[in-house]
Amino acid sequence: MSGMNPKSANVGIVIVSHSPLVAEGAADMVRQMVGDCVPLAWSGGNAEGGLGTHAAGILAAIERAWSDAGVAVFVDLGGAETNSEMAIEMLGEPRSGRVIICDAPLVEGAVMAAAEASGGAVLARVVATAEELSP
Amino acid sequence: MLANSALIGGLIEVCREAIAANADHLSELDRAIGDGDHGTNMRRGLEAVYAERNRLAELALPKALEEIGFTLVMSVGGAAGPLYGTLLIAIGRQLDGANGQHDFARALEHAIDAVARRGRASPGDKTLLDVLYPVHAEVVRRAGLAGISEQAERAASLTFGMRAMRGRAAFLGDRSIGHVDPGAKSCALLTAAICRFLEEQCPA
Repeated sequence: MSGMNPKSANVGIVIVSHSPLVAEGAADMVRQMVGDCVPLAWSGGNAEGGLGTHAAGILAAIERAWSDAGVAVFVDLGGAETNSEMAIEMLGEPRSGRVIICDAPLVEGAVMAAAEASGGAVLARVVATAEELSP
Repeated sequence: MLANSALIGGLIEVCREAIAANADHLSELDRAIGDGDHGTNMRRGLEAVYAERNRLAELALPKALEEIGFTLVMSVGGAAGPLYGTLLIAIGRQLDGANGQHDFARALEHAIDAVARRGRASPGDKTLLDVLYPVHAEVVRRAGLAGISEQAERAASLTFGMRAMRGRAAFLGDRSIGHVDPGAKSCALLTAAICRFLEEQCPA
């Protein structure tokens, strides 16, 4: 549940995994690539820290990685996607319209999206870059 | 006629009991074809709702259902949280907009469709929808509480022969056949608990 994000005009990245270790590890790889110039946060595990996902944690991660340019969310398995959709709805209009769940592999997608975001690309471009990874 | 607060409080209590008594069984079903946490997730959710029962019981029924839905979303985790949460939030909002004309069957239909959209699932995919749709059909034909409850149990059993198309179980393909879906089972257990409670409290 990390994410120390300076205010940034760049698109933010959120990583959601059933495993806190996977989420944190993927975030570390993103951070290594882009440093602090992309807002970044992760949510991993259920409310008790075990394997799973939970909407409240994802909502908090989106808040931490918030950028007015939008936020790209990367998820691993089904529940991560369903809970992310729920979290985005709870964010409410108009911000919910600026958060997109990417259909892309978690690690590769997040790293490539962050690289794109670090160059100032708009949300649609960041998402498209990540989704090119999906066949 | 049961007072509103006793109705809400009672429903919360029987649902919590039904899940608590069957949590291990639900997790066991989930271990066979999923990640094995459905029982513990549902128990966590129902305990969170139970902890708020006094506040919830003071609300009008539609608002209480909506709030229970939000609590489930925030506490259950897994796919079940958003699915059950969506169901209750949608029923609550639909009843609230009904101008006092509480058409439960229509509200339920609307809510089940919302669950199907949330999970991108259809009937026959081996999910809780395979209990919800048959339950709705019984409500529409005014089958009575015992009939609804029996149909829910029967519908859950029928998921045994289905091949999972959604969720973690879908990764198993044909190997998902021969197991009752845990979400369908929890849905049947909750339906039965609610019907039993209503039957005891408001005999026809």
